[in-house]
Amino acid sequence: MEPEKIIKRASELRWKLPQDFHDRWVEMVYADSARIASRNVEQEGATHRLSWERRLDALLTNKWSGMPIMILMLALVLWITIIGANVPSSMLATLLLDHGHPMMKQLAEAAHLPWWLSGVLVDGLYLTVAWVISVMLPPMAIFFPLFTLLEDFGYLPRVAFNLDHLFNRVGAHGKQALTMSMGWGCNAAGVVATRVIDSPRERLIAIITNNFALCNGRWPTQILLATVFLGALAPPALAGFVSAAAVLGIALLGVLLTFLSSWMLSTTVLKGEASTFTLELPPFRPPNLWRTLYTSLIDRTLIVLWRAIVFAAPAGVVLWTICNIPVGDMSLAQWLIGLLDGPGWLIGVNGVILVAYIVAIPANEIVIPTILMLTVMTTGLSGVGEQGAGVMFETSENSALAMLLQAGGWTTLTAVCLMLFSLCHNPCSTTIYTIYKETKSLKWTLVSTFMPIAYGIVICGVVALVWRMFTG
Amino acid sequence: MKKKTTSTGSKLQKLGVHLGQADYVVVLAGNPNTGKSTVFNAVTGLRQHTGNWPGKTIARAEGGFSYNGKKFRLVDLPGTYSLLSATDDEEVARNFILFGRPDVTVVVIDPMRLERNLNLALQVLQITEKAIVCVNLMDEARAHGLKIDGQGLSHDLGVPVVLAAARQGEGIDQLLAEIDNMAGGRSSCSPHRLNYDIIPSVQESMDELVGALAEAYPGMPHREWVALRLLEGDQQIIEAVANGEIGKLSEDHVATGTISACGN
Repeated sequence: MEPEKIIKRASELRWKLPQDFHDRWVEMVYADSARIASRNVEQEGATHRLSWERRLDALLTNKWSGMPIMILMLALVLWITIIGANVPSSMLATLLLDHGHPMMKQLAEAAHLPWWLSGVLVDGLYLTVAWVISVMLPPMAIFFPLFTLLEDFGYLPRVAFNLDHLFNRVGAHGKQALTMSMGWGCNAAGVVATRVIDSPRERLIAIITNNFALCNGRWPTQILLATVFLGALAPPALAGFVSAAAVLGIALLGVLLTFLSSWMLSTTVLKGEASTFTLELPPFRPPNLWRTLYTSLIDRTLIVLWRAIVFAAPAGVVLWTICNIPVGDMSLAQWLIGLLDGPGWLIGVNGVILVAYIVAIPANEIVIPTILMLTVMTTGLSGVGEQGAGVMFETSENSALAMLLQAGGWTTLTAVCLMLFSLCHNPCSTTIYTIYKETKSLKWTLVSTFMPIAYGIVICGVVALVWRMFTG
Repeated sequence: MKKKTTSTGSKLQKLGVHLGQADYVVVLAGNPNTGKSTVFNAVTGLRQHTGNWPGKTIARAEGGFSYNGKKFRLVDLPGTYSLLSATDDEEVARNFILFGRPDVTVVVIDPMRLERNLNLALQVLQITEKAIVCVNLMDEARAHGLKIDGQGLSHDLGVPVVLAAARQGEGIDQLLAEIDNMAGGRSSCSPHRLNYDIIPSVQESMDELVGALAEAYPGMPHREWVALRLLEGDQQIIEAVANGEIGKLSEDHVATGTISACGN
């Protein structure tokens, strides 16, 4: 018989199949499995491990205790990261910036490089990269292993279980809880992780809203601003606690925005049935500590750091260049800042911050260095940093940083709005590219890019307005 | 042998596997949370981290290892509960085993959830003769007071069974030896066949299609399974029958000669 005829015959015969044929066949497979399993397995005595696992699960996935434990765990991880990253961060800054930068300068001089080449390479490229390493490496090297330990222990499926009914209520997929937590590490990774969601509609919701999961490039910004401006408002003993609480607040706001925009999408343009899925709560397994440290360092920390360096290096060159290209009697950067100061004021920030965001589109992690450099330039405080105007630098003491930013006209409102804007703005270029690769749709890529900016402008604008109304 | 490697190889390359210099291709199948990725790491020596959550193997992991002078390519399939192509993952796994024609399929199963895991193993055995069942997490099973009869399982399933605890490296040597034996065509197996005859009218339809398939593609393996999928309207299988790809499945087996070693 010809193949076409076989297929035709099969579709004719299909009508003769009983309705429940498939189910019965599956039942038979199960019956066989059950028979073989019961013949070859023997239970000796009672088991103790199951009972404590059940009790732990009852606690972690309980209606009342599940959520608070989750938030507490996140707060603890953040607090350990903030406290733990301080010392190595300032050590790296001393090494790479305070000592490394003058050394590179001397090397460039010894090699008789022209001023512009030494400017681009040492003051642009080297400093940006050094800054990114000293600010990003320590928190990542603490945050990622902690997160991975929780993951290996089996906590993440419980998080998904706890959040499932919430995501379900806003018309999204329960597994979005997992892709959201991946987004806390890196949005590009979170977007790729949405492949675990089978339904295209729900997957799209997860992709578009992933940017509201505060990513690794933005944690340091949040942590720094919270420490300098909000932690400083509290008595010294409570400063660390207040900073961690502020960052936690921003992260939770991100979760809230995820729910809100998922709900908006699923009730308007992405309407449809919620799909069901099986979520297996795996047994708790003690994580292998050394292997976790090793793999999270190799797999995540170094890969993300490398990406940051790759993007930061050219951005450093661009920064140096716009600060040194004259437009009339000022530099191109100053001209841009003047242009954006008005719109910036409306949303509680300033022109410096907006220009920094434009320059830092390739990678979120270089926003703060860019802001610092531009602030130095516009305030003319060349004496504050050792390197002078037009150079990105790090002040390792937070108070010096606060002084510098206050001189640039910063208030608590500026810091709060910047923290909010850092949560709600376009994803970084890698994430945008990843979204395009995953959705293969220009339209949804544009939606994912501009929706968060719209949120950011509205939220910051309202906060600035209300703040100014109350403080006069 | 050379011929087989190339013909299998071209199919696998179509599925996106980087073969390199590999002599054999081995795939890992199994339910989620059976420690499949740990077995993968233990065998390849890679430290690939995959998180402990469902659907974690998002990008298919591949690695290589050498054993007994041969080079093996190991492919980690997404964890699935069945091969009925209800989800993308299940379809990927099913197509890979059926059309990719790997030299060995290792089904990793969890002894604590033996019944549910055997469900997948039995389905895998319907579409390949060259399978090994690896009962992983034996350390946990012992802690739970479970005793697994490996020989009994092997007898019932008709394929080699290895008891392992990949995290401790236990049983990995034996697994490698079994993989090598099967890839080289030195082990014999007769996988457990599922009973298809449910009601006479279905059996009649099946017989008719099996007969027609045998005529169109002589020597084609898994005829009953293919007939069943045709009856149920499995699009991928319909296409494979239409374009003749299903017929080529037999060629690989004739060329390897393992069909006789594995003959029922």
